[in-house]
Amino acid sequence: MDLTQGTLEEKHSRAKKMMLWFGIISLVMSFAGWTSAFVVSSSRPDWLHDFQLPNAFITSTIVIVLSSITFILAKRALKKNQRQQTTVLLFVTLILGIVFIVCQFKGFQQIIDLGYNFTGPTSNVTMSYIYLIAVVHILHVVVGLISLLVVIYNHFKQKYQPTKMLGFELSATFWHFVDLLWLYLFLFLYFV
Amino acid sequence: MSTHADTHAHEDDHGHHHKETFVTKYIFSQDHKMISKQYLITGTIMGVIGVLMSIMFRMQIAWPEEPNILFEALLGKWAPGGVMDADIYLALVTIHGTIMVFFVLTAGLSGTFSNLLIPLQIGARDMASGFLNMISYWLFFLSSVIMIISLFVEAGPAAAGWTIYPPLSALPMAQGGSGMGMTLWLVSMAIFIASSLLGSLNYIVTVINLRTKGMSMTRLPLTVWAFFVTAIIGVVSFPVLLSAALLLIMDRSFGTSFFLSDIFIQGEVLHYQGGSPVLFEHLFWFLGHPEVYIVILPAMGMVSEIMASNSRKPIFGYRAMIASILAIAFLSTIVWGHHMFISGMNPFLGSVFTFTTLLIAIPSAVKAFNWITTIWKGNLQMNTAMLFSIGFVSTFITGGLTGIILGDSALDINVHDTYFVIAHFHLVMGISALYGMFAGVYHWYPRMFGRMMNKNLGYIHFWVTAICAYGVFFPMHFIGMAGLPRRYYTNSAFPLFDDLANVNVVITVFAIIGGAFQLVFLYNFFVSIFFGKKAPQNPWRSTTLEWTAPVKHIHGNWPGEIPHVYRWAYDYSKPGHDVDFVPQNIPLKEGEEELQH
Repeated sequence: MDLTQGTLEEKHSRAKKMMLWFGIISLVMSFAGWTSAFVVSSSRPDWLHDFQLPNAFITSTIVIVLSSITFILAKRALKKNQRQQTTVLLFVTLILGIVFIVCQFKGFQQIIDLGYNFTGPTSNVTMSYIYLIAVVHILHVVVGLISLLVVIYNHFKQKYQPTKMLGFELSATFWHFVDLLWLYLFLFLYFV
Repeated sequence: MSTHADTHAHEDDHGHHHKETFVTKYIFSQDHKMISKQYLITGTIMGVIGVLMSIMFRMQIAWPEEPNILFEALLGKWAPGGVMDADIYLALVTIHGTIMVFFVLTAGLSGTFSNLLIPLQIGARDMASGFLNMISYWLFFLSSVIMIISLFVEAGPAAAGWTIYPPLSALPMAQGGSGMGMTLWLVSMAIFIASSLLGSLNYIVTVINLRTKGMSMTRLPLTVWAFFVTAIIGVVSFPVLLSAALLLIMDRSFGTSFFLSDIFIQGEVLHYQGGSPVLFEHLFWFLGHPEVYIVILPAMGMVSEIMASNSRKPIFGYRAMIASILAIAFLSTIVWGHHMFISGMNPFLGSVFTFTTLLIAIPSAVKAFNWITTIWKGNLQMNTAMLFSIGFVSTFITGGLTGIILGDSALDINVHDTYFVIAHFHLVMGISALYGMFAGVYHWYPRMFGRMMNKNLGYIHFWVTAICAYGVFFPMHFIGMAGLPRRYYTNSAFPLFDDLANVNVVITVFAIIGGAFQLVFLYNFFVSIFFGKKAPQNPWRSTTLEWTAPVKHIHGNWPGEIPHVYRWAYDYSKPGHDVDFVPQNIPLKEGEEELQH
């Protein structure tokens, strides 16, 4: 593919998509930093080797995967110009995103019930890592929710056409990234 | 047909620029040429501060604990009676390193020249996102301001070294600078990283997507290749520093024990347990080592371009140059352990890092030989930019050779944390990158300001700088091998080092002269903006696209259509042409073949 071809508009829309992808690479690297620190720290004498991830994290994983699916369906509906259905699916995605965050906080509650706080004398470094990683991930979900709200607003203003939906696509890509990121983090914390 | 659509889209896109006001043109500008000037001037101011600091601590090393008027004037309460306090010495060393590495040689160098040259050399109207570009500069400005504010904190600025190893950086009560000074350092660097990432994302997607027709990747000037790969290294490595910084902030402010182990301080037992500062060293140097290539690669790219142009010869080994840039970028991410050979690293792991480190010598040597073969038998134009480029190759080789010694774990242990290391990295990345930056300023000044810099002042600047740079750093190899440790406030307490005291005086004298002569550059730079000779369209008779754009800056770079590209960037002295350079936008003649580069 010769990327020097195309109109300025095409080039710019391609550039914006690619910018998001490279941004995602940089986010992946920061999470790689934390998860590798987690692996390195697991040789510490005070490491918890038999910790259990809270059940709420399993629910939240299912919820966020579902939210990605509804986002995909919303995009399909928009491509077929079924505006009503798109609206419904976008709202379902938004609600699932909020449910995910609620589940994560439930998970934190379950960890606290086990007797581990984030910091202080009742903390343990294993759990500190899990809190930190999960909270930073939640921040990314919040960013995703904000972009979703912008998409919903623009959708109400009828700004997207089946052929012209750059903002919609960018938001969807980011949302799927946040979903896959959690899936990776969950499997990582589960198996390592 | 498609070109018509192109110009049309452009008119739509930029239909508003006649409404530019003072604020949108000079302050919150989204034009890459203005942003590059903003970066250059901010970087220069930070550079003056950083150099001034180095002169102050060099004076302390040469004449330990003697009253000094400069200290009394600049350091205030940190120099009672004009004698420098030991705490502020450590702070000066720390902030000098931080400012020079990040604010001058990362943002000042990459920010200036990536912004100026990427759109102009690839044939684009502007960066992919002018808005993010503007945000990137203003975040950099904000982080610079915070870093400078941190100098005025009552307990002193950060003093844990630019590598901010815990526990000095993690315990607010560890030393004066570990409190508010360290907090501001972290805030400033977090903003700096955000700025650097936004900038890098812009550079990458601009190079990939916005090239003009005909500008294939193998026709790109090496400058653009270097900026492009530098930006990729930045995107991959800076986030890891951010991860480390977040863990550090948790330890500092929220009492976790990621990096802190059992600690007694002032007779008090702290609650931290089990953490390891070595983990921080790993995370830090995963950024820290690629960072030195973020500093040096743009300088390498610019030197390649300037050398080819001023030798009136095509660059030697164009594809080998690209391959070595890529190889260096890849290797830079797997060598961080060579900074940690004495941190208790397993000797086997040490030998792995020795191996990967020594591998970097290969692509580096490829580059050095290619520069030498480029100027070999060339028609050398000895202007200031060319002199600084040759100076770059000289210091890069000198500093690179000691890198082979330091990269070998068995040898490194003997000179670790001595002045030998200082000599090595200042020559290979500090002075070299600075030379690259000077070369870039002298070469592209006509493009930035439409005027020429004074050549004679440039010669004075180069020769004094070159002599002083070697005068400062060459003797450091010897005092380092004699065992003089770095970062010590004074060495007068050790009779062992008494013999080296005179060498330290010599080094400091060179540093003062070299520092003072940078004023020649500053004078030349600022006066030429207003009174320099008017620059012709293509003063160096170069082939790249930036010299086809009008001298007067316009938003969108070229009036009318963007030139198309028909050849690579190094058609100098090509047989069958009347002039010794053929710009990239000149179509191939009938029967002319593109060089198989």
